Amino acid sequence: MAEAATKKTPTSLWAKHAFFEKNSIWLVIGILIVVAIGGLVEIVPLFYLKSTIEKVSGVRPWTPLELAGRNIYVREGCYNCHSQMIRPLRDEVERYGHYSLAAESMYDHPFQWGSKRTGPDLARVGNKYSDEWQRQHLADPRSVVPGSIMPGYPFLARTRLKAEYIAEDLSTQAELGVPYSPEMVENALADLRAQADPNADADALDERYPGAQQRDFDGNPALLSEADALIAYLQALGTMVDFKLYDDKANVR
Amino acid sequence: MTLVCITVASRAQDPGYAFHAYLSALASVAAVFVILNRYVERPAALPPLEIAGKPNYNMGPVKFATVAAMFWGIAGFTVGVIIAFQLAFPWLNFDLPWTAFGRLRPLHTSAVIFAFGGNVLIGTSFYVVQRTSRARLAGELAPWFVVLGYNFFIVIAGTGYLLGITQSKEYAEPEWYADLWLTVVWVTYLLVFLATLWRRKEPHIYVANWFYLAFIVTIAMLHLGNNASLPVSVFSPKSYIVWSGVQDAMVQWWYGHNAVGFFLTAGFLAIMYYFIPKRADRPVYSYRLSIIHFWALIFLYIWAGPHHLHYTALPDWAQTLGMTFSIMLWMPSWGGMINGLMTLSGAWDKLRTDPVIRMMVVSVAFYGMSTFEGPMMSVKAVNSLSHYTDWTIGHVHSGALGWVAYISFGAIYCLVPWLWNKRELYSLRLVNWHFWISTLGIVFYISAMWVAGILQGLMWRAYTSLGFLEYSFIETVEAMHPFYIIRAVGGVLFLLGALLMAFNLYMTIRQPDAVEADTGARAPSLVPAE
Amino acid sequence: MADIHAQNPHAQDAHKHEVDAVTGVSTTGHEWDGIRELNNPLPRWWLWLFYACIAWAVVYWFAYPAWPLVSGYTSGLLGWNSREAIQADLAALHAQRAAFAGKLDAASLEEIEANPELLAFARAQGRAAFGDNCAPCHGAGAGGAKGYPNLNDDDWLWGGTLEQIQNTILHGARSTDDGGHMGDMPAFGRDGILTRPQVFAVADYVLSLSGHAPEGATDLEAGKQVFEANCVACHGPDAKGNPELGAPNLTDAIWLYGSDRDTIVATVTNGRGGIMPAWSGRLDPSTIKALTVYVHALGGGK
Ligand code: HEC
Ligand code: HEC
Ligand code: HEC
Ligand code: HEM
Ligand code: HEM
Ligand SMILES: [Ca+2]
Ligand SMILES: [Ca+2]
Ligand SMILES: [Cu+2]
Repeated sequence: MAEAATKKTPTSLWAKHAFFEKNSIWLVIGILIVVAIGGLVEIVPLFYLKSTIEKVSGVRPWTPLELAGRNIYVREGCYNCHSQMIRPLRDEVERYGHYSLAAESMYDHPFQWGSKRTGPDLARVGNKYSDEWQRQHLADPRSVVPGSIMPGYPFLARTRLKAEYIAEDLSTQAELGVPYSPEMVENALADLRAQADPNADADALDERYPGAQQRDFDGNPALLSEADALIAYLQALGTMVDFKLYDDKANVR
Repeated sequence: MTLVCITVASRAQDPGYAFHAYLSALASVAAVFVILNRYVERPAALPPLEIAGKPNYNMGPVKFATVAAMFWGIAGFTVGVIIAFQLAFPWLNFDLPWTAFGRLRPLHTSAVIFAFGGNVLIGTSFYVVQRTSRARLAGELAPWFVVLGYNFFIVIAGTGYLLGITQSKEYAEPEWYADLWLTVVWVTYLLVFLATLWRRKEPHIYVANWFYLAFIVTIAMLHLGNNASLPVSVFSPKSYIVWSGVQDAMVQWWYGHNAVGFFLTAGFLAIMYYFIPKRADRPVYSYRLSIIHFWALIFLYIWAGPHHLHYTALPDWAQTLGMTFSIMLWMPSWGGMINGLMTLSGAWDKLRTDPVIRMMVVSVAFYGMSTFEGPMMSVKAVNSLSHYTDWTIGHVHSGALGWVAYISFGAIYCLVPWLWNKRELYSLRLVNWHFWISTLGIVFYISAMWVAGILQGLMWRAYTSLGFLEYSFIETVEAMHPFYIIRAVGGVLFLLGALLMAFNLYMTIRQPDAVEADTGARAPSLVPAE
Repeated sequence: MADIHAQNPHAQDAHKHEVDAVTGVSTTGHEWDGIRELNNPLPRWWLWLFYACIAWAVVYWFAYPAWPLVSGYTSGLLGWNSREAIQADLAALHAQRAAFAGKLDAASLEEIEANPELLAFARAQGRAAFGDNCAPCHGAGAGGAKGYPNLNDDDWLWGGTLEQIQNTILHGARSTDDGGHMGDMPAFGRDGILTRPQVFAVADYVLSLSGHAPEGATDLEAGKQVFEANCVACHGPDAKGNPELGAPNLTDAIWLYGSDRDTIVATVTNGRGGIMPAWSGRLDPSTIKALTVYVHALGGGK
């Protein structure tokens, strides 16, 4: 068949393509090679280039309660409306705070940078509002922000947090490289409970997770609810790096 | 298999997961039953590959996928309409977990892309590969396993979202066990497709099949890369993605962008390459253009992922690659458009007489439009405005409604009479109505989103003359309200069109068979005889 | 290997020399299910645009950071990077504001208010910051909501002078900031300091202070006694409140949590302890200054 094509076409180069058209396996191999290149060049260096993730102090793994809250964030699909990625553009920096650093999400499996801002960016929402406001807002957003179009999540405060297996979550993440020590895994459930209990001893928690905030987040000490976990997570977002100490110039890359 | 599922179900750490395990148990019982049944009642021999020198095509799975596509399409558009109204009237979230926007939006995206689009792709690919190879589909059970297994995956994925079982990775939300199952289905799909090509009686592989093959192979690679994850336990639906942070972001959009490139583009270009020349009864415009744009497209597409991560914490060098490769992608994309449109040269009058052709041609025009818009939005200066806004949503739906859905509608309108052996569609007038109603819907949708998106982007960055931000975030939310209503109305029109289509197809199938037909081996009269 | 089957006895030779009748272009000689391909060349304009895009990309790679290497990446001839760019952008923005911002920083709060130009500038800056940071609690018009004080009126929990307002904004109330206003109203009912009847009585008394007719027959005198024993420490002997402690005036018609009896009973039973976050870490000093003036000038500043 190749000859047939040669006669028809001005250059014989075109005829060479018959090779792929007649050999399905070579066509598959050709496709595989061609589609592999771009991904390899763009992805692999991110794992070995030091400049990919800047060195910053303060970033620690999520506490068990925050992680449980993050899992609720993932479950409810908040990323469909909220980004967690402040771009280095002046309006964003002014509205949301310092632009996000790669280091700030380096323990996030999966990342939740998002691609749509139906609601505001949440990368630095931690400590911006009170727990009470967060609780009210989650239960009924329009009760605090009349123009809001966010869904209400009143069931979170009513639902007991299922945390029996939280140690498995930590150990799974440890296998993926998050620096959870065996001690952290072992104490996961105790730490989780302690963080939501204002009367529990805070020292052990703070030693394992510096800066962790400890209190009853949902305003209902009788119940360790899903709202406790989610609010603990929200209140921690963007609070780990101290930008008063962070040197922008040193981390130009 | 059943036993494994039941054991998992009984010890599951989550009721939703238990539900899925029971569902799998049920499915595996059903599968065993069907297989046994077939074994017992097996005919003396496998169906012949040829009857009287003509290929004995296997169209059962194609019919199934076609019906499934129509069903999921309507389901997906309906959910789209619901979430569109939720953004305009938030009380429609009903304060319940399984009706909240955050869970329904992935249901919409997966239902339209993977359930609707996926069934169209699998169905048409099985049809096209048989006809352009003049060979019966490879395997007897395998093709059925592909379509049924794929739809089972969709049920698991969709119910999972409602139950809150999700990885929250855009367009890859299903959890690890659904991902694993899809891998098995997909590998079978590739093998069936390849084995059918091996049986072909044509010396060359037709260009549509190059695109199908690129789609199948690349989606397999992307799926495996992006879904690499470690389950917390076999008894838990929860898993953690292996990648994290910035690397996860890059892997995600390497996947996400190429889900667009290979699922929504390469696969549907394959559809275009078969159905447009077939329906118009014209040769494909340029073979040489096919070659160049095929290889250039698949090579360049892979690089463009970082245009979803402009100005993020992804290193600048990667953003530059994403942007420049997106620009270079413009012409290879238009190569497909040219080949599709110019195939009509000499047959332009058919645009007036045949609404099915019109639908497909408009779809190619939309393809051209969104592949011009895409590279434009990849320019960092433009993206700094458009990113995070409804402009992206407008771009998505000009591609999704205009290109993906329209070329699918065109293909299904062609396929149904061919598959069910009817002379013609029940009513071309209804197709015409479908075309105009849904075109109006698309215009409403995308123009509202362009205005909304650009307005949103401009409001976010607006500064007063004194140098301070002019609008608070909530003011920008409120400004979107009228556009969200217009968009929702557009969605309703689009859905109405699809309902008309379903009715039309149903009536077509109920028509008496074409007289001169001889079982599947030949297409009815509209298609030129071989 | 796979394509042995492809050797087809009735191959396409029949079509070999076919020329498409409509366009006059020859075909490639193949046919699949009735579909043929024309042998048109690549459109010229298409090819040139493709080359142009490639050329543009190559130029861009030289100018900007682009290709990853073994231990770094090509950083581009322009020396541009996004992190320096944002610093430059912010610097330009600050320069644009500098004319006024400098004066604002130098002036005292009072001087700002006295100077119409500075006042207008501070209010513009304050309004911008208010919308995204304060409005979620205090409302878009600063009108407040249940538990979140109205900032338009002249009734202040923590005092309405410029200094006091600035202090509240800087450090918040019952916030994580140690320098902030602290002190909760005790949970008189929950902690058993007062009995149920005492709570009801004092609630009715409180209501009477602002001229509300007590509902049902109650003993205002008993309420008064409870009040004097427990409440004057914070709310003052005349119940006009104390800005040192954030204790509200109970004699006016302005209520933080509401003026119905049940709400007051709830307040006395459980206390409240509303939290106002501290903004000194999040907003820069000049923004806080502007916010202070903005809030003060809303109408109720003292
Ligand atoms: C339909 C889109 C939507 C979804 C889904 C959604 N939000 Fe929102 N969210 C908004 C909008 C719009 C706003 C801005 C108005 C307001 O404050 O309510 C907002 C505001 C917020 C804020 C206040 C941010 C600030 O800085 O003012 C927080 C915190 C928040 N959302 C958390 C969540 C969480 C957690 C979830 C998931 C459980 C969620 N949101 C789901 C739309 C959404
Ligand atoms: C999380 C909710 C919240 C946010 C956000 C918030 N506030 Fe407040 N604010 C409060 C509460 C609650 C009080 C009352 C504290 C109390 O009860 O003692 C208060 C009190 C005040 C007061 C004192 C009122 C008085 O009567 O003395 C001022 C002034 C004030 N806020 C200004 C601001 C400004 C300016 C901002 C934005 C930078 C802001 N607030 C943001 C919750 C908030
Ligand atoms: C330790 C100081 C303290 C004492 C003692 C105290 N209060 Fe209060 N009171 C406060 C503070 C502070 C607030 C504001 C609470 C807030 O903003 O969360 C308040 C708020 C109130 C309110 C709500 C006012 C409104 O506008 O909604 C009422 C009513 C009230 N107190 C009544 C009483 C009564 C009656 C007593 C005595 C039985 C009492 N208080 C004793 C500090 C005190
Ligand atoms: C009746 C028709 C449709 C309606 C009313 C509709 C509506 C919507 C809405 C409201 C959203 C969410 C936008 C947001 O978050 O702001 C959305 C997202 C999306 N839809 Fe549709 N849709 C329709 C059809 C389709 C079709 C046919 C496809 C694909 C083939 C599609 C693909 C998508 C995708 C990919 C997204 C996510 C976009 C993103 O994340 O940027 N939609 N749709
Ligand atoms: C040359 C071709 C194209 C290019 C270069 C391109 C480029 C882009 C860009 C720059 C974005 C915005 C990313 C962001 O800011 O978040 C985007 C989003 C998107 N595009 Fe395209 N586009 C192309 C064609 C298409 C086509 C044909 C479709 C078909 C449906 C499509 C579907 C989408 C979807 C679904 C998204 C949303 C992704 C998300 O954020 O969820 N694109 N594209
Ligand atoms: Ca609690
Ligand atoms: Ca997945
Ligand atoms: Cu893309």
